[in-house]
Amino acid sequence: LPVLLAALVAVATCTETFVGHQVLRVVPQSDEELQKVQELQDLEHLQLDFWLAPRGLGLPVDIRVPFPSLQAVKVHLEASGVSYSIMIEDVQALLDEEQMEMLRSSRQLPLDTDTFNYEAYHTIDEIYSFIDMLVAENPNLVSKLEIGRSTEDRPLYVLKFSTGGTNRPAIWIDTGIHSREWVTQASGVWFAKKIVQDHANNEGVASILETMDIFLEIVTNPDGFAFTQTKNRMWRKTRSRHSSSICVGVDPNRNWDAGFGEAGASSNPCTETYHGPYPNSEPEVKSIVDFVKSHGNIKAFVSIHSYSQLLLYPYGYTDTPAPDQEELHEVSAKAVAALSSLYGTKFKYGSIVTTIYRASGSTVDWTYNQGIKYSFTFELRDTGRYGFLLPAKQIVPTAEETWLALKVIMEHARDNLY
Amino acid sequence: ELPLSHFSAARAAAVAVGYLRYLRGGPGRGLELRELRRARRQDIDGVGHKYYLELELEDVLDKDRTVNCTAEVLYRLGSKTSAPDVQVTVQGELRSTEEAEQEFYNRIRSLEKELVAENIPDSHGNVPPELEPIHLLAWVASGYLIWQNSTENTKFHLAQVKHVKQVKRSDEDLQFDYVLLLHEMVSQEVLPWEVTVLWHPQRGARVSQS
Repeated sequence: LPVLLAALVAVATCTETFVGHQVLRVVPQSDEELQKVQELQDLEHLQLDFWLAPRGLGLPVDIRVPFPSLQAVKVHLEASGVSYSIMIEDVQALLDEEQMEMLRSSRQLPLDTDTFNYEAYHTIDEIYSFIDMLVAENPNLVSKLEIGRSTEDRPLYVLKFSTGGTNRPAIWIDTGIHSREWVTQASGVWFAKKIVQDHANNEGVASILETMDIFLEIVTNPDGFAFTQTKNRMWRKTRSRHSSSICVGVDPNRNWDAGFGEAGASSNPCTETYHGPYPNSEPEVKSIVDFVKSHGNIKAFVSIHSYSQLLLYPYGYTDTPAPDQEELHEVSAKAVAALSSLYGTKFKYGSIVTTIYRASGSTVDWTYNQGIKYSFTFELRDTGRYGFLLPAKQIVPTAEETWLALKVIMEHARDNLY
Repeated sequence: ELPLSHFSAARAAAVAVGYLRYLRGGPGRGLELRELRRARRQDIDGVGHKYYLELELEDVLDKDRTVNCTAEVLYRLGSKTSAPDVQVTVQGELRSTEEAEQEFYNRIRSLEKELVAENIPDSHGNVPPELEPIHLLAWVASGYLIWQNSTENTKFHLAQVKHVKQVKRSDEDLQFDYVLLLHEMVSQEVLPWEVTVLWHPQRGARVSQS
């Protein structure tokens, strides 16, 4: 059947249409019935197309009947008491479906997370469809949470990876909070698949999942991400409009309630580090704040950016060292060594304020002040050669090496619960 | 002595690399910082802040080879309008690019229509191989801009070649008018800069800001 359909598809894409055509099946039980069916073969004006020609008693005869001839054929069979069944109600409908399927596979639209192309950048729709596929394939491990909606009313999805328990201590990872940092969302997709694979193979993070949950928000700033795909590849912020400014967007990594509005952010709505009118003004930020507070048991929080190849810990808004500075520095050293072990990629590490610049209202300063000791920010590849425009072939190597660093952090959190 | 992870060392290094790209880069040679090996800072009263750097550089077209370099970057006090003073010494030889650059020169000269291109790399990071020399020439131009416009509070990178247009000349130079997007790390702004590059295989690059 598929072969015949495929042949028809080839024809259908040219000129013919098969709207309303049906495929009837007759199984002649007697010589009379067989003769009646053979008679149909001689009626050329009916334009019948025998997919299975009459061969003998008890053997099926399949006939594609054009719409104008349907009545005539059915009357001919019924009048002689020859029973038939309708195998295909509308040939064109089936052809359309097949054609769509063929287009999908030729455009390499994945049918499952194993055929998904991790070595390419994807649209929001493709990532959201990936998320749904991952959940459908692993319903006992993965669930999708909607923690809020963006300014432009896009859903904010978080994947929860859990093997059970109630409100287990958890790890949070987010990617794509700055929309132009495309390698991060792409890495997030890879991380999601990796977690599922590790669990299935009982290796890697499988042991972490025995006692902890992992939350992963892949497209943390969907409005910005959509904008980078359609209008401006270099867009960083959200797409909100506040006050009467003609300028759009707030820097979601300056909008948190930690040193909000102090040095290290801008009060000018037309700048890339605009902190917004007040803390958590951005739904993309507020939804995470609400989630973290109501969960109450997150032990490690990692927010992922690009580029610069850095692993950073609090603080950004002050020179005062974080109370856990020493431990965070040690964990960073281990994480960076693990990362480097794979492809030799070199990362520097330290507090935000000494390593990159003063930044107020940043994510991990807030999470740290909430008591989430293991709060880290990554800046992934590269160091400026391609910057935000990292070639797609570097996505998987970047995700792979970063994952090794993430595991160090996750394992440390698991082994040092507080 | 500065910790190598401190931002001030990274910013000074970026200035040195920009300067070096301007001086020694070309359509056949793109220099990239492999590693910052050492950084010291000296505060000179009444003058400014001077950074002493030891850098390891690589040629992006010949990644297995690296070359060491020392640099001094002086940011003058209170001067928002003058470029940092930079001195660099390259230890050892850079790979010869004469053949590749002559070939590029001949190819462009023989074009019937003036070359026009945009978005290098594209959104997905792709650079068509025939445009790589144009990309590297943009590095030379951005190196000049970065050197001229850096302060201790900025760190620039070339984000993208937004647009490039060849302008045919009656003399022997190639001329390219670029619109370059520079990303400034501290403010996070990505802004367009117009710049004109004259280039000749023997005479090298001359950059002028539009």
